[in-house]
Amino acid sequence: MLSQESLRQIDREIAKYPPGRRQSAIMSALRIAQVEKGWLPKEVIEFVADYLGMPPIAAYEVATFYNMYDLRPVGRHKITVCTNLPCALSGGVYAAEYLKKKLGIDFDETTPDGKFTLKEGECMGACGDAPVLLHNNHRMCGFMTTEKIDQLLAELERQ
Amino acid sequence: MSAHALILAGAGGERAWRLQDYAARGGYAALRRIIAGKTPPEAIIAELKTSGLRGRGGAGFPTGLKWSFMPYAFPGDKYLVCNSDEGEPGTFKDRDILRCNPHAVIEGMIIGAWVMGCTRGYNYIHGEIFEIYQRFEEALEEARAAGLLGRNILGSDFSFELFAHHGYGAYICGEETALLESLEGKKGQPRFKPPFPASYGLYGKPTTINNTETFASVPFILGMGGEAFLNLGKPNNGGTKIFSISGHVRHPGNYELNLGTPFPELLAMAGGMRAGRKLKAVIPGGSSAPVLPANIIMDCTLDFDAISKAGSMLGSGAVIVMDETTCMVRALERLSYFYHEESCGQCTPCREGTGWLYRVVRRIERGLGKPDDLDLLRSVAGNISGRTICALGDAAAGPVQSFIKHFADEFAYHIENKKCLVPPLVQEAGSQIYM
Amino acid sequence: MLEIEIDGKTIQAPDGSTVMDAAALAGIYIPHFCYHKKLSIAASCRMCLVQVEKAPKPLPACATPVTNGMRVWTHSETAVKAQKGVMEFLLINHPLDCPVCDQGGECQLQDLAVGYGGAHSRYREEKRVWLNKDLGPLVASDASRCINCTRCVRFTAEIGGLMELGQAFRGDHAEIMTFMGRALDSELSGNVIDLCPVGALTSKPFRFSARTWELSRRRSVSPHDSLGANLIVQTKHDVVRRVLPFNNERLNECWLTDRDRFSYEALASEQRLTLPMMCERDTWHTVSWQIALEFIASALQSIAREQGGQALGALASPHATVEELHLLQKLMRGLGSENIDFRLRQRDFRGDAVRAGAPWLGMSVVDIHDLHSLLVIGSFLRKDAPLLAQKVRHSAYRHGLQVSAVGPNAEDWRMPVAARALVAPSAMVATLAAIAAALAEETGGAVTERLAGRLSAAAADISGEVRAIARSLASGEKNAVWLGNFAVQHPRAAELHLWAQEIARLSGAALGFIGEAANSTGGYLVDAVPGEGGLDARAMIESPRRAYLLLGAEPDLDFADGAATVATLARAQLVVAASAFDSPALRQAADVLLPIAPFTETPGTFVNCIGEAQSFNTVARSRGEVRPGWKVLRVLGNFLELPGFDHEDVESVRDEALASGIPARLDNAIGDVPEADAPVPRAGRLQRIADVPIHFADPLVRRAPSLQKTADAAPPAARMPASTLAALGVNAGDKVRVTGSGAVELHAVADEGVAPGCVRIAAAHASTVALGPMHGDLSVERI
Repeated sequence: MLSQESLRQIDREIAKYPPGRRQSAIMSALRIAQVEKGWLPKEVIEFVADYLGMPPIAAYEVATFYNMYDLRPVGRHKITVCTNLPCALSGGVYAAEYLKKKLGIDFDETTPDGKFTLKEGECMGACGDAPVLLHNNHRMCGFMTTEKIDQLLAELERQ
Repeated sequence: MSAHALILAGAGGERAWRLQDYAARGGYAALRRIIAGKTPPEAIIAELKTSGLRGRGGAGFPTGLKWSFMPYAFPGDKYLVCNSDEGEPGTFKDRDILRCNPHAVIEGMIIGAWVMGCTRGYNYIHGEIFEIYQRFEEALEEARAAGLLGRNILGSDFSFELFAHHGYGAYICGEETALLESLEGKKGQPRFKPPFPASYGLYGKPTTINNTETFASVPFILGMGGEAFLNLGKPNNGGTKIFSISGHVRHPGNYELNLGTPFPELLAMAGGMRAGRKLKAVIPGGSSAPVLPANIIMDCTLDFDAISKAGSMLGSGAVIVMDETTCMVRALERLSYFYHEESCGQCTPCREGTGWLYRVVRRIERGLGKPDDLDLLRSVAGNISGRTICALGDAAAGPVQSFIKHFADEFAYHIENKKCLVPPLVQEAGSQIYM
Repeated sequence: MLEIEIDGKTIQAPDGSTVMDAAALAGIYIPHFCYHKKLSIAASCRMCLVQVEKAPKPLPACATPVTNGMRVWTHSETAVKAQKGVMEFLLINHPLDCPVCDQGGECQLQDLAVGYGGAHSRYREEKRVWLNKDLGPLVASDASRCINCTRCVRFTAEIGGLMELGQAFRGDHAEIMTFMGRALDSELSGNVIDLCPVGALTSKPFRFSARTWELSRRRSVSPHDSLGANLIVQTKHDVVRRVLPFNNERLNECWLTDRDRFSYEALASEQRLTLPMMCERDTWHTVSWQIALEFIASALQSIAREQGGQALGALASPHATVEELHLLQKLMRGLGSENIDFRLRQRDFRGDAVRAGAPWLGMSVVDIHDLHSLLVIGSFLRKDAPLLAQKVRHSAYRHGLQVSAVGPNAEDWRMPVAARALVAPSAMVATLAAIAAALAEETGGAVTERLAGRLSAAAADISGEVRAIARSLASGEKNAVWLGNFAVQHPRAAELHLWAQEIARLSGAALGFIGEAANSTGGYLVDAVPGEGGLDARAMIESPRRAYLLLGAEPDLDFADGAATVATLARAQLVVAASAFDSPALRQAADVLLPIAPFTETPGTFVNCIGEAQSFNTVARSRGEVRPGWKVLRVLGNFLELPGFDHEDVESVRDEALASGIPARLDNAIGDVPEADAPVPRAGRLQRIADVPIHFADPLVRRAPSLQKTADAAPPAARMPASTLAALGVNAGDKVRVTGSGAVELHAVADEGVAPGCVRIAAAHASTVALGPMHGDLSVERI
């Protein structure tokens, strides 16, 4: 179900916790699985749950509680825009509007070519860099004026 | 950076976060002294008490006192946890600490482990800052390689393992017991207290949890002495504090100041109001702190006691600045949306109430408000407040209560005229940043 | 003890009490939803907020520990304001569908809304709607009614032993669900219906059939497993509509197995026998009771007269009542026959000659709480005795009880099992001997002299698991050794009993029997077992009798060898079957069918595994010409003109049956049993492991339609470990021909919980009857 590389990474996470506490690695394990698969199909969640020796529904609770997990397929580039107050005061909402117009999609939608998915995000803890957006959960981009959004999209288009 | 900086001092360069640079700045000296001299834990706790260090995560609980609660003699595992799950709108200081000076946090945690007899530690890092998490993992490797972590630290018989745990998007995990649940691989739903983590924490074992900045302050306090640290601030509000300033200012960012610095000084450091506009309101301690109108905040000094006296909270030191282009209804709608989305769903008042608040505020913002909506909002917020396991209920109710209290006219205008006092184009212009 | 004042009342509460506990002691009701005395404390519904002196805000009574001198107000303005606030929140998203909700009239939310809810709603936004979930055949979901109290979630994790339900998503998107929309798959799942304080989880079989206020409630006792769970049977127009638990802290607490709860559906089965019937020249026709009984009496009399009482045999179900079993044995003995037995699935009766008394659990159910170490021998514990298993599970999770097991099966008991010797049936005696030898080493004791001679091989064969089991028993202070149904049905059951006794002696453990059925202990107490010169259940089939009386048992499904039983009975001159149900096998075996009452339509008594005689009364009207079994037997005694059949009422039968008292007759001790030759499985054949699946186990459950739709009622398969499958060249999923005394076709299933060299094939199911004996060897080949 998962690659040897992913399993190796998960094992490394498991080793961080005391013996008998494999469940503590569920968040990392789901993250690693999501990076490999692009999103988290239920079969993958069940596989990870079995791997850690926890009930699948407990793993599903985790996957649905934390909002960076994707329970449905997303585009190759998931862009999450913060629209919370500090970001909104510095153009976050307008950055999101600009992205919607430019990509022709609304929040929680994916472009027909499967390249981009747009999400509305919550505070990312980088309000000083507003507007802020997150690319594929792991790369943060700050001070996202329309020019910088254009640059980013062009860069991602090329990938 | 301000001249008062301790944690952020000299931590600006590309390599400043590395162990070598940290050591060159005097890093790990405190730890080495403690281990070489076998400093008794009580002496360190006394120093912390003298320093007046209060928790930097938001609650402001005296750190020395907290550390003294741990049952040192408890047999078996005891845990030390660093709360870097910074996700309260307006707060972004821990990210910078971990980016610029992770070893200060690591050293602070090792000292904490020494003081409390902890065997293992975890740093729980906010989900959205993956790059910072990776850097922290690297810093941990450096510390392990240097014999500062693991078995027999610096050749002594003191051992302490420290790991990084990565969150994945849940504000509630900033609440310490939710964080513990999350560390155990569960949903981050806060635990009812008592029992408190000091007796029943991670995996049911005694556990102490402190904020990133709190841990990072410890080596500096032990370096300069508690008295000196205290004197940087004011009585009961010792030392420096990192303020994260965001919103309608020219240069948003983190500024490390002595506690007790007047607010206008911070505003000036941040370059003043964007485009010279007029200050309207400030949320001084993260989004859950009550908003203060300009005239009140301009007279405040930035410390726990003064802000509390003015009717708000210093919290995590996250200062959200709003100018005259701000629609307060819209601002509240953003915050209410956040608390609605971030409620963990456990306690009835918060689960049901945050959605209710958000829907009513959104309705008002969209011009569908009803005359009795403000009374309804006050009543619903009152029914959430103080009725939940954790403080998220209060955090969600607080902004509603304070926004309506200080800006009732603006809400009434919205309801009556079905539109905003501030024209949308003005709002948009106000939010433009200038790079 | 702590002193607390609640609403002005001073209460002494034990240390560690919560305010909720203390209030309950004083009879003060504090409204609540998520709190449940048997579950962990969630403190999340917030309905039980009360005012506490010096506390700045109201505190949840369920989670607030009592401190000495604490003063609490549950109905002060502060408390009521908080409670009303919570009630309003609970109602804003709750549908206003009480008129069509099955919970109406017994809904905690509805009841409390009367006291704490407003007359009109201030909520003008859109209500949340959730899609209903398919939770399987027993539990219905109306998700939008859910108030997220999480009682059901905590139940599956804490009582059921596996978290099957979860609360997914967060905030007001939080939703209770199973993983991937799976059905609840637990023998205890129906309890979530009782736990749900609203109409979100209701009984699927009961749905829309009656309102709670239309139902009459009568107490009864479960006729299924050996625990004898206490029931409240609810009827409308004299028809059983629903079964709920009656709280009994000594036995079932507030729980029921799904079998206890839903088997009532069989009462309405089309297979109910409602009129006496006789077969003449292969044709069945109904007759009056008078004619049927006259015929039976004269036939029995003439056989007894001509061939002696030993030509007669009586075989009774262990689910029959004390009164029925007593009158049956009395009748047989009156006819001069000692051929009576109720242990229909047992093979080895050597213990009868040397047992000290009636087998029982050897301890109270409550004592499981304090056990340190428990060895379970030959048991499908979780399915055979779900509520005993639940007690063991609770003790294992909460109090560190170490559970170990010996047997050919290692299915998931949903509890930690510290050590398990997974061995073939033929190796079980030797394994117990090895445990005894290891125990002697661990404790410095010695194996009893008469057994020591049998040790040589066993002692040399102490595996890691055997050692671990011995260590667990040696280290505990309060221990128990239980023999399960598989051990009792084993071909060398008496030797297993003997070695279990030795292990118990060496470890200072209580020795106990889990018991197969509701009256397994009661059957012994009323001597429904062969006396001097009498034949046991096996012998009565292997040495055919001229006439048989069958009480409540189905010849194909309730015996150790259904195929042989049907064949033998079919050849007998006369077979009289008293039964609540009709069936093709009964018609094949019997000549006369007498419709007797199931447990709801007769008074009766079961003696459960802890030796408690639990009597119950009729709760519903009988159908057709159905008569209580005890009356039928009494009248038959009259027709036979036997002395001592003049009981006026059921109580006098009961008093007579249990006249010699119970406690003094409970004794698990066994004298010496010689070593039998271990049957060596023939080359190329597999040893059969036959479980009796929970929903096939007795005539009632077999006919309960909803239970028959559960995973526990899946048709039998041929389950083998991968190594055995490989040796046979069979893949999981393949169809195989399994041959015992006859052949059947089954699907092969890979199951590492089966001892190598064995095949687990369930008994008590029509599809496997042809295999013959539950024990012995079988050939398995790919088709």
